[in-house]
Amino acid sequence: MENKKIYWKGFEELNNDLEFVKKADREFPEFLPIAEKDESGNTSRRDFLKLMGFSVAAVSLAACEAPVKNAIPYLNKPEEIDPSIPNYYASTYFADGEYCSILVKTREGRPIKIEGNTLSKVTKGATSARVQASVLNLYDLARLDSFMKGNQKIKIKDADREIINALQSVSGTIYIVTHTIISPSTKAVLAEFTKKYPSAKVVTYDAISAYGILKANEKSFGVYALPTYDFSKADVIVSINADFLGTWLNALEYSRQYAKTRRLNKDKTTISRHYQFESGMSLTGANADYRVTIRPSQEALVVAHLYNEIIGGLSIPAISDSAVVEKIKKAANDLKNAKGKALVVCGSNDVNVQILVNAINNELSSYGSTIDLAHPNYTKQGNDEEMAKFVDELKGGSVGAVIFYGTNPVYDYWRGKEIAEALKNVPLSISLADRADETAKLCKYICPDANFLEAWGDAMPCAGHYSLQQPAITFIYPEGTRQAQDSFLTWAGSKTTYYNFLRSYWKNNLLKVTDFENAWIKALHDGVFETTSVAEDTKIVFKADVNAAVSAIAFKESKGKELHLYTKIGLGSGKFANNPWLQELPDPITKATWDNYAAISKAYAKELGVETGDIVKVTTKGFSFELPVLIQPGQQKDTVSIALGYGHTDIGKCGNGVGQNAYPAVAMKGECLVYASDEVALSKTNKKVQMALTQTHQTLMGRGHVREAKLAEYTQNPKIIREKYDVYIQTSEGPKKPTELTMWKGHEEAYNKNHWWGLAIDLNACTGCSACLIACQSENNVPVVGRQEIVYAREMHWLRIDRYYSTDADTNDKSIAGYKKMEEPSDNPEVVFLPVMCQHCNNAPCETVCPVLATTHSSEGLNQMTYNRCIGTRYCANNCPFKVRRFNWFNYTNDEKFTTVNFMSQSDLGRMVLNPDVTVRSRGVMEKCSLCVQRIQEGKLEAKKEKRKLKDGDIKVACQQACPTGAIVFGDMNDPESEIVKMVDITKNEKKDIVANDPRAYHLLEEINVKANVTYLAKIRNQDENKKA
Amino acid sequence: MKKLKKSALKILNLLRIVFVSKKTPIIFVLLKETIFSIEKMHANNFTSMHNKTFTRYILAMATCWVLLLSSTLMAQDKADVAKGKELYAQNCATCHKIHVNATGPALKDVSQRRTEAWLIKWIRNSQSMIKSGDPIAVKLYEEWNQTAMNSFPDFSDQDIKNILAYIDEESKKEPVKATAAATQTSGATTAVVADSGYTNIILGALAAVLLVILAVLLVLTSLLTKLLKQRDDLDEADREIVESKFDLAKILGSKAFIGTVAGIIFLIVAKAGIDKVMDVGMQIGYAPTQPIPFSHKLHVGKYEIACQYCHTTVMKAKSAGIPSTNICMNCHNAIKTGSPNIQKIYSYIENNQPIPWVRVHNLPDLAYFNHSQHTVAGQIACEQCHGEVKEMEVIQQRAPLTMGWCIDCHRQTLVSYTTKDADGKDVLNPYYEKLLAFHKSKGKIKFKVEDIGGLECSKCHY
Repeated sequence: MENKKIYWKGFEELNNDLEFVKKADREFPEFLPIAEKDESGNTSRRDFLKLMGFSVAAVSLAACEAPVKNAIPYLNKPEEIDPSIPNYYASTYFADGEYCSILVKTREGRPIKIEGNTLSKVTKGATSARVQASVLNLYDLARLDSFMKGNQKIKIKDADREIINALQSVSGTIYIVTHTIISPSTKAVLAEFTKKYPSAKVVTYDAISAYGILKANEKSFGVYALPTYDFSKADVIVSINADFLGTWLNALEYSRQYAKTRRLNKDKTTISRHYQFESGMSLTGANADYRVTIRPSQEALVVAHLYNEIIGGLSIPAISDSAVVEKIKKAANDLKNAKGKALVVCGSNDVNVQILVNAINNELSSYGSTIDLAHPNYTKQGNDEEMAKFVDELKGGSVGAVIFYGTNPVYDYWRGKEIAEALKNVPLSISLADRADETAKLCKYICPDANFLEAWGDAMPCAGHYSLQQPAITFIYPEGTRQAQDSFLTWAGSKTTYYNFLRSYWKNNLLKVTDFENAWIKALHDGVFETTSVAEDTKIVFKADVNAAVSAIAFKESKGKELHLYTKIGLGSGKFANNPWLQELPDPITKATWDNYAAISKAYAKELGVETGDIVKVTTKGFSFELPVLIQPGQQKDTVSIALGYGHTDIGKCGNGVGQNAYPAVAMKGECLVYASDEVALSKTNKKVQMALTQTHQTLMGRGHVREAKLAEYTQNPKIIREKYDVYIQTSEGPKKPTELTMWKGHEEAYNKNHWWGLAIDLNACTGCSACLIACQSENNVPVVGRQEIVYAREMHWLRIDRYYSTDADTNDKSIAGYKKMEEPSDNPEVVFLPVMCQHCNNAPCETVCPVLATTHSSEGLNQMTYNRCIGTRYCANNCPFKVRRFNWFNYTNDEKFTTVNFMSQSDLGRMVLNPDVTVRSRGVMEKCSLCVQRIQEGKLEAKKEKRKLKDGDIKVACQQACPTGAIVFGDMNDPESEIVKMVDITKNEKKDIVANDPRAYHLLEEINVKANVTYLAKIRNQDENKKA
Repeated sequence: MKKLKKSALKILNLLRIVFVSKKTPIIFVLLKETIFSIEKMHANNFTSMHNKTFTRYILAMATCWVLLLSSTLMAQDKADVAKGKELYAQNCATCHKIHVNATGPALKDVSQRRTEAWLIKWIRNSQSMIKSGDPIAVKLYEEWNQTAMNSFPDFSDQDIKNILAYIDEESKKEPVKATAAATQTSGATTAVVADSGYTNIILGALAAVLLVILAVLLVLTSLLTKLLKQRDDLDEADREIVESKFDLAKILGSKAFIGTVAGIIFLIVAKAGIDKVMDVGMQIGYAPTQPIPFSHKLHVGKYEIACQYCHTTVMKAKSAGIPSTNICMNCHNAIKTGSPNIQKIYSYIENNQPIPWVRVHNLPDLAYFNHSQHTVAGQIACEQCHGEVKEMEVIQQRAPLTMGWCIDCHRQTLVSYTTKDADGKDVLNPYYEKLLAFHKSKGKIKFKVEDIGGLECSKCHY
């Protein structure tokens, strides 16, 4: 059986664009604007002065004695801090509805890395890109260092006096506007505040609202909360516009559960089946077995039809697209067969649609198995109706005071402009934001809240699970910031600090034990506290009126163009838009950085006459903005997808002006916000930008790199993958494996001395979420290069996640429709994610071409890169078949070009985030994945010092530790007990070389016999076998 | 005799052509004269007067050569006790002492125990001597617990002789007593100064003798030339030589001379330049003034406070740890509270300022060095790199801290894979089980740091 699938990274590659071919040919783009020349191309006066300055400096430097360096000890060393030994503190991350129990790694008292907390039963050690990047927010230069009154700095004491006076004399309602609060003690603090000021009201809203689900659950089951989903118990998953692996609700937990169902090994031979109906290509859609594109306006129809297929009885209009109908039937069939092990989720924020979804899930007996309502989840509590009422009141002038607690509605609420206008007339407005953001700068007072790594707190993400947040660093601005809860307590006239308040809250409500002190210390140490008494498994009774819900839905299939608003995995709602790591994180699907854009289908682009990068004017709801176009394979052909979270004006130097703010395009439909619109028009402008896309950078030149099969054929014949992809070389003695024909002597002797490090990546478990990428950046001090440098293909990420599209056309389908599909392979392609880092080849091509031996091999299987030896010839990068080497084109640590984007190595505050165990590279040297050699060395040393053998799991590389799905496994391939050996089934052959026996195991580019130490497990899709024509 | 004369003349002419073209420098003339005269004497039955003159002449010549040779030899032997001391301090002192055993044996009178040739060979590469089975070497190796001595392949014979000279010099002195250490040290310095003065006087005297001889020889040459000119039985070639005039300007102007001098100057400058470049960032002996004149000699030497008492993390972390003031205060809240230097600590505490100690040992940022790796896993004594801290009034850098120095040690040092169990017995550290098994299969029971990857880049650079 021959593999006829075509894999491509972008349209440029698929169409063999001239530009692409030219670029792909060379490792580095031809145009290398490094030296800034004047217009005539001559060296400018500036350059001359630079050179002269350098010479003078060099001469005087040479004449100088070595500078005197100081070794400054602590004045009074804290007992628990030893210089150069990291401390870990358990804490809690909660932002944007994303909850994560974390460990904060600190060195000499400053947080430098976030890891997942494995003791938490909710997140189980998983992290996401945003959680990983959150440590950088602590050192954000845009943070205020003082309380502000208007534009003037004000002392905390004075501000308190004035605010308390104003609060006491206020007439009208006092509003506290907040996002979802999952901290029970903070809620108690706010209760304290409202007790003091009875006219105070707390309004909760979420930038990305889930009010529809909350309301539907209230109507269906009497529970105003999200359910706790358990994807790991689902055999069939149907998702309608819910990006549950990327940004929908608690995606972090869902990813882990989902990956569990997707794993394949000796003992687990089945995987779940996943249907995705969606408008734009999401991370979840990319992972689906069957993906169907629908218009946003078809969402309700699809749910209703699914209802009809499973339960029946609704009279609803038909769906015009037959392909959708067919897939709904198929999905319904699978769901019915998997009753009790099925799950339907929907991203709609329409109460009635969600009631239908609840009804379907009820019929499928999902409640009690894949959905747990006995342990409701509290990570979304926003109430769209109350928020709308607040804005009305604000405009009406009946609001006496407003306190924005962690919110920025001027930016992220669709009526932001109205709020901004109305704020001028409010007698007292206070923002507790940590910076003068869009809302805060309009407020009378800004009382900066502490960063979550500086502050105390707690959280209850779901019933029965509590977690604590403890400071990992003292306040960076002790004179100018105060924890919000302390502010509320002070204004409420309370004398207690929030820390004491928190303790007594836990003592009285949660840790009701005799020995509170020890229980408290244990909870602090573990970071989490899970109540043993599980709430009664109450019988879930569905009591909503389906018919009423259906009649309330206006089923209308729009015929025109539609707008679909979504959030990206990097920026989310846009709260952390000033975080350069997140801005430069390539979107897993589009591979775009530093921008949002209008993602449209190829057909629509043709219709408009635009190409990727052309700027279009997007008009919706009477307002318009300009955005570049990005042609997205798999995009519904009449839908425009635009990401929220961009277009800040006052978030900080790094995030200001990146992209356009699309929040005003959100609309209120009934009682809920909708993130779609059927009135949108795109018109071509004559402007064009070059988008910072990494998708076709570092291409593997069309060589085979992805291996995949369908579950049915794989179960029938597990060897199918090898048969399909293995390459043989014809010799006079018949076909031979490339490994048998080699001029290399072999490295087995050295590698079998002690350790042989390897990495295994399960493509079935990898969802492409990119947490590993940020973890790597944070662990290894990888610089951020900024938009323009990405355009020049000079990104520095050591780890990239290749995203390959493949045509979904059935090559065996000989019907006319089948041929037609092949003509347009990009309409709804299949997607494969392939994380690629240095493959640590045993026969490494980079090593043989280095003229100065800066890259060499270790006796433990590592390909080592020695920065201080590198002279920057870049031969190694040219010779690397995987294109994983990165060159430092600039001195990112002090070149003024990068001051804004790379503040973490250019400012004293930012530098605190750097990992002191990893060298910061300078201009002119090559760098690449070191397999976290600093962690390997540390692990080995600990074992030696503790006089024991090295255990599997002692050493975890950064990408592995961050991965929420456990797709990446690092270990010693010589240790038969290690996870990696079991995962890829490693044995040794007669030459003591390793052999990966798992039928899915393969290495990249086996045919050139580089013998990589990174092993991949091929992707298996749970699709039906092709019908033979 | 004829043959001798012919070949001598041939060589001389050859040299002349090569060296000074046509013109013969004085020393060749002299040499040629000697041979020439002997031959003449033989042939012509010289008179007694003649005989006498020539005997004196030959005697003078012989003395001249002997003097020349011996003076150079003497100069070499005596010259550099001072240089030897420096080399000793840099390379030997971390392991050896003169009068007592340390990491290595006491070196008193070592040159009497062993021959110089043996010592040179040993110091250059003790390992190869042990391997080749030299009985003394093997015995030493066994006696000293199979601790290998570092090799110093870069030492010239002269360097080693200098060191040995210094050791001989030191051997004559009485062992240093700790209490009188200060005076002893200054005494030693004076001795060294006296030493170099003595050498200078000898050198001066020799130079004077040489000058006198040169003058005498010049007179002799002119006398001889005159004598020869009066004779008429000289053949053409000889006459030419006799009549050739000594022309200093021509010699100085000759290409060969200029070339040689330029070459020598170039080599000297290059050597100095390279040495200087290699020294950049090297701070052996760097002993900056500290904000408080803390004496390691007093604390470590006299009161025998263990290193870890103040450098608390030296056994568990990458950095050894500079003690914070609260460690000082453990003792000094009661001891010597009146001392002005202790008062300084108080004032730092009162002002809430840490003490800005000046860093002595500076490794570049690109090199990762972990103290605990060496002190715990490697079981190396602090002195091996830091020198005799307990004798340092002002702390100073003893090791060069260059990569070559690191690598050298990794090449020499055996991996200490044993550890003490509860009964104090040596047992195998389980981490090394596999490595030991591997090396045993290769017939080795000892392996060095380099054998387990101690020379690989990413062990220190990442």
